[in-house]
Amino acid sequence: MRHSVTVRVGPAAFRVGADWRSPIEQLRDLYRDYPAFGGVPDFTVSLSAARPWRRWIRPSVAIGGDFTLPEAAPLPLAHGLLAAEMAMNLQMALGWRRHLLLHAATVERDGRALILCGESGAGKSTLAAMLHRTGWRLLGDEFALIDPATGDVHPFPRPISLKNSSVALLRDHGRWGSLLTGTPKGDIRHLIPDPASIAAMTRPAVPALLLFPRFGFDAAAREVGGSEGFVRLTTASTNYTGLGEAGFRTLTRLVHHVPMAAIDYPDTDVALTLIEELWR
Amino acid sequence: MSAAATLVRVLRDPGAAATLDVAGWTGLIACARAEQLLGTLAWRVDGLALPAGVAPILADARDAAEAARRGALWEAEMARRALVPLGVPAILLKGTAFVAAGLAAGQGRAIGDLDLLVPRDAMAAVETALIDAGWEWVKPDPYDDAYYRRWMHELPPMIHRERDRMIDVHHTILPLTARRRPDAGALIAAAQPLGNGLSVLHPADMIVHAAAHLLADGDLAGGLRNLWDIDRLVREWDDPDAAAVLRRHAAAHNLADTVALALRLSHRLYGTPVDPALAGAARPSDGWFVRRLLARDGWGRPTRPATRLAFYVRSHWLRMPPAMLARHLWIKWLRKPPGA
Repeated sequence: MRHSVTVRVGPAAFRVGADWRSPIEQLRDLYRDYPAFGGVPDFTVSLSAARPWRRWIRPSVAIGGDFTLPEAAPLPLAHGLLAAEMAMNLQMALGWRRHLLLHAATVERDGRALILCGESGAGKSTLAAMLHRTGWRLLGDEFALIDPATGDVHPFPRPISLKNSSVALLRDHGRWGSLLTGTPKGDIRHLIPDPASIAAMTRPAVPALLLFPRFGFDAAAREVGGSEGFVRLTTASTNYTGLGEAGFRTLTRLVHHVPMAAIDYPDTDVALTLIEELWR
Repeated sequence: MSAAATLVRVLRDPGAAATLDVAGWTGLIACARAEQLLGTLAWRVDGLALPAGVAPILADARDAAEAARRGALWEAEMARRALVPLGVPAILLKGTAFVAAGLAAGQGRAIGDLDLLVPRDAMAAVETALIDAGWEWVKPDPYDDAYYRRWMHELPPMIHRERDRMIDVHHTILPLTARRRPDAGALIAAAQPLGNGLSVLHPADMIVHAAAHLLADGDLAGGLRNLWDIDRLVREWDDPDAAAVLRRHAAAHNLADTVALALRLSHRLYGTPVDPALAGAARPSDGWFVRRLLARDGWGRPTRPATRLAFYVRSHWLRMPPAMLARHLWIKWLRKPPGA
């Protein structure tokens, strides 16, 4: 393709090509602190004009690549960076087989990992960014990668995708990508992980606590048993079914070894307090 | 050379992979994924020295193919349990048949839906039995449903409500509107039992079906994979009279020239050993098929839009008489969602 860049995050490398210069330049900027990658990438992503004339007239980005969803709608060129990030997520969700993938944010302290598992809107990314600010190492805000051989969680420290009010909440902290306004998910801005998290992006951590956060409720915490946790995590995994027996073994080991709790929180300060209490 | 041409060269001669650099491998892998041939490629180059980074990608592809094989065999078993009480012949087709019969064509192969062939007069009973066992309709649209039932060679696609897997129940191997009319009774009569109540097609009929599927029923989408099936089936079929038997079966199904073309293309691209008398002499038009089959770049994107469009038009021309085609396209156009 006319413009392209290859980036590696944790164990996975992505080649992203585009008909336009701007999404690739934004990606280069977003990943400028990540180590250069010159090998054969695991995945290919292409951002191309949805129709030939859409390269110039009201430019519209169709998401292509190794793995695609037929129902994915094209995005305006102004949101090309979002298209690239969505496409990279999609490759992992549909194509990655070396780890069990959980839709979760993960941070690490003292070699032990905290996994925050929840649906969109549960506040995973915001909580991960807040914890990262207070000194936790960022393992990732989108996927927790559980190693079927060891049970460890592997880092996948993409820039943290923050929306709307979360951007304002963390505004004075760290380095950011360009602001994307008016996307289908509102305003989005990517917070770049600190250099230590990027430097350690191939060093796994041992899962120590798994939380199911829920935003917008009065503060509450309750223990989650193995069976409930197992069922919740099967629905939170993009490749549990595809991995077959390996997926089952990995997930049963996780729920047997890691304490789990569901927490409700009305605001991030309460959440951080609850997390610190449960972490001890 | 297009990435698809590189893919064909490496499938044909895995040693050719040794000449590829990082860019060459990157394009090869993207193209093989798009052609649903990455698992096959992974098995072909297994054991060769591979650049760092390539080995884990291909190991994943073999792993995914093994998961596909296991899933396909399980779906076949689920269908078997639903259909055995009916006592009607049930014949596995395509990928599931290849892995159930342990054929080389199944090694590393991507397998999607479960394709079954049953006698036409058993279709109603099969439909009821499958619905009782948890399969349900995918397309609730009345026109599509009526169209399938009247003109297609299969029931409207069904999906299992718990396992989320599709099943296609065929009563012959080409649509009823197509210009060719294979002999479905002969396909069923010659089928070879697997010993568990299910069968697979006779080796000659597998080749005839693969050729019909590739050249008489579609726009050659996924054509390199279908042609690879043909290459593997021809090479593995160990019978001194293979050429004569294949000639007889192809003629009986009114698909002699389709099979001949498939053999010429398979020979030309994959070096398949074919009987020259059966395949016939190369024709200038063969080059158009090759051009279409190789229309993919190193980003996995389709290329040569005019050639693709020509084959798309051809596919409809083959499938329907002109007046019927006009009516069908008119109805489809009216129902097209705005902006699509």
